[in-house]
Amino acid sequence: MTHDQMANALLPAVVVAPIVVACLLLALGRRLDRPTIDVVAIATSAAVATADGVLLSAAGNHRLVAWLGGWRPQHGASVGIVFVGDQVGVGAALVAGVLMTCALAYSWRYFENIHVNFHALMLLFLAGLTGFSLSGDLFNMFVFFELMGVAAYALTAVKVEDPTAVHGALNFGVINSLGAYISLMGIGMLYAATGQLNLALLSRALTARGPDVLVVVGFVAVATGFLVKAAAVPFHFWLDDAHAVAPTPVCVLFSGIMVELGLYGVARLYWVAFSGTLEAGTIQRLFVVLGVVTAVVGSVMCLLQRHLKRLLAFSTIAHTGMFLIAVGSLNPVATAGTAVYVVGHAAVKSVLFLCAGVLLNRFGSVDEFTLQGKGRDARLTGIVFMLAGLGLAGMPPFAVGLGKVMAEEGVVRAGLWWGPVLFLLVAAATGGAVLRVGARVFLGIGRGPGAEEAGAMSGDEEKRELATGMTRLPVTMGIPLTALLAAGAIVGLLPGFGDQAALAAGRFAGRAGYVAAVLDGTTSYGASPAASAGWSVEGIVLCLASVGAAALVALLGLYGTALPRQILAVLRTARPALHMMRSVHSGHIGDYAAWLLFGVGGIIVLAMLPP
Amino acid sequence: MYPYVVAGAILFLGVIGIARSRNLVHAVVCLAVAQSGTYVLLLTVGYQRGATAPIFQSAPEKAGYAATLVDPVVQALTLTDIVVSATVTSMLLALAVQIAKRHDTVDPDELRSLRG
Repeated sequence: MTHDQMANALLPAVVVAPIVVACLLLALGRRLDRPTIDVVAIATSAAVATADGVLLSAAGNHRLVAWLGGWRPQHGASVGIVFVGDQVGVGAALVAGVLMTCALAYSWRYFENIHVNFHALMLLFLAGLTGFSLSGDLFNMFVFFELMGVAAYALTAVKVEDPTAVHGALNFGVINSLGAYISLMGIGMLYAATGQLNLALLSRALTARGPDVLVVVGFVAVATGFLVKAAAVPFHFWLDDAHAVAPTPVCVLFSGIMVELGLYGVARLYWVAFSGTLEAGTIQRLFVVLGVVTAVVGSVMCLLQRHLKRLLAFSTIAHTGMFLIAVGSLNPVATAGTAVYVVGHAAVKSVLFLCAGVLLNRFGSVDEFTLQGKGRDARLTGIVFMLAGLGLAGMPPFAVGLGKVMAEEGVVRAGLWWGPVLFLLVAAATGGAVLRVGARVFLGIGRGPGAEEAGAMSGDEEKRELATGMTRLPVTMGIPLTALLAAGAIVGLLPGFGDQAALAAGRFAGRAGYVAAVLDGTTSYGASPAASAGWSVEGIVLCLASVGAAALVALLGLYGTALPRQILAVLRTARPALHMMRSVHSGHIGDYAAWLLFGVGGIIVLAMLPP
Repeated sequence: MYPYVVAGAILFLGVIGIARSRNLVHAVVCLAVAQSGTYVLLLTVGYQRGATAPIFQSAPEKAGYAATLVDPVVQALTLTDIVVSATVTSMLLALAVQIAKRHDTVDPDELRSLRG
């Protein structure tokens, strides 16, 4: 098969196949037994991941372009649907496929009372994630955005008898849908301004038109919807609610790839359609401001949690903040670093969520203090959890560390000299919080809850998925745990991975190449300067420093109440601020809608202010 | 300009409705109101005064009224949008029913399970 035929066949197939299998499962589900359904779902998802892998290796040589049904643009107008695969887009789809396979394998023994609905929803979710990564026009981005959204709301509430789950799912659904509608408003405005929905045609039309108010507001509106998915503050409130209540295998996909795809959507939109139109300085300021606020709020809230899954959710928010800063610096090396970071983060964060699921099924709680010392005999889970915590803090050779090194180098090159300091603090706070929980649960050390922790949302409410507690770790749960952890480390050690990522990021940011590939069929990447990026001595020192700082944060969390009285008195002055930040996360849908409105206003102001 | 203001106002009112809602069913309907802002916007983008519906039996160039058709693309988008709306609204209303069963209330002010 030639390169074109393969792209034409496989690009749509990775989106269509999971949808078809999901429909078949729903139609035949009542006649199938649970193992058959599991095998079919896992096999489909593994096949999609394999196809993504094939596409990724092909995308290393050429951009892959598939016009569905051969509806190519005529006379500068297009009503056809186009899928475009470059390394970043196909890479995102591959991460989704691998995580989905692991999550489905893990679900085999994790759930007792689910049937075909769960598997069908997971496959539809996979189709949404994959379609969003590959979509080459705005309206289909919206459609796949909604497909993954609706599947995600339903998956959050899969345990309908759990009061917190239905509440979290409703918050998630309302806020994400509002974001999607604001996006659609923006798509309407851009269509009004240019008459195009295809990203490549839009790019040409916008470059010819130049920036005016309609175009800027259109960009802000579309980006807002994607930023809601990416959980940028103040659009992030749905994330901690949804993660705290969704079943563990679902959280893996939420934290590992769905949130990051929001960011991918913004970056794709900017680089392909708007990078020739909007002023780079304004965009940089917008994303860096959002990123800093997101990173700070996420880190602080992460430290304040005792509900393990909620803690991991806030750590994801903090990391999104870092990604926003790195992508928003508009430096190719920083973008490459973000891509590597996202891969590494997906691996270790998934491991942490899967460990939380093991704890839940065994002890019926995900509360740090309820579980204190209970995990002493769960050696494998404990070791994996602590290693993943170290990985989250940036420990070499985990890919998180490699991504951090590259992102730091990139943001410094872009003139954000304070970037590495902030990255170190965020890595220390989020890694430290995870290590603190790990030490309490698996080693049994540390003191009881202080005044601040006692007021936090408890992790005892979460319902376990099995009628009787699980005593041994089933092999279908152990393999995804260890495999994902190993993958996180191996990716960080792959020779030349950093260089490839830098090359891919350069191509991702290349507007002219994308437009030419989609419209003129010149899919080759063209000569690009040899990029070199990877581990560096300063980078490794910074990584080790953040691991050390994380250990310090963990110790403070464990024995903080034993500090001398004078120091505690000083620390207590921060309490009103922390209390306020905590009370803002109220679980109240009205508050969240108000924050959303406030955020949209803030973004418009940031985008309109002269640089 | 005028249709943009109307569409924006509908969306804005929907969000305000959610922000001030005392009943989850009301909040979900407000979400549907917010979405109708997008219908208005999409339809006005494609509207032309005096133009006919984009339905024809032969190629429009031959029939000679290519210049006086409203834009069919945005109408297709609106239809897709309505399908999305139906999915999301029914899904969220089902969740509201479940919340009423599990929490014995549909007032967001009384839902306290997800704080801090």
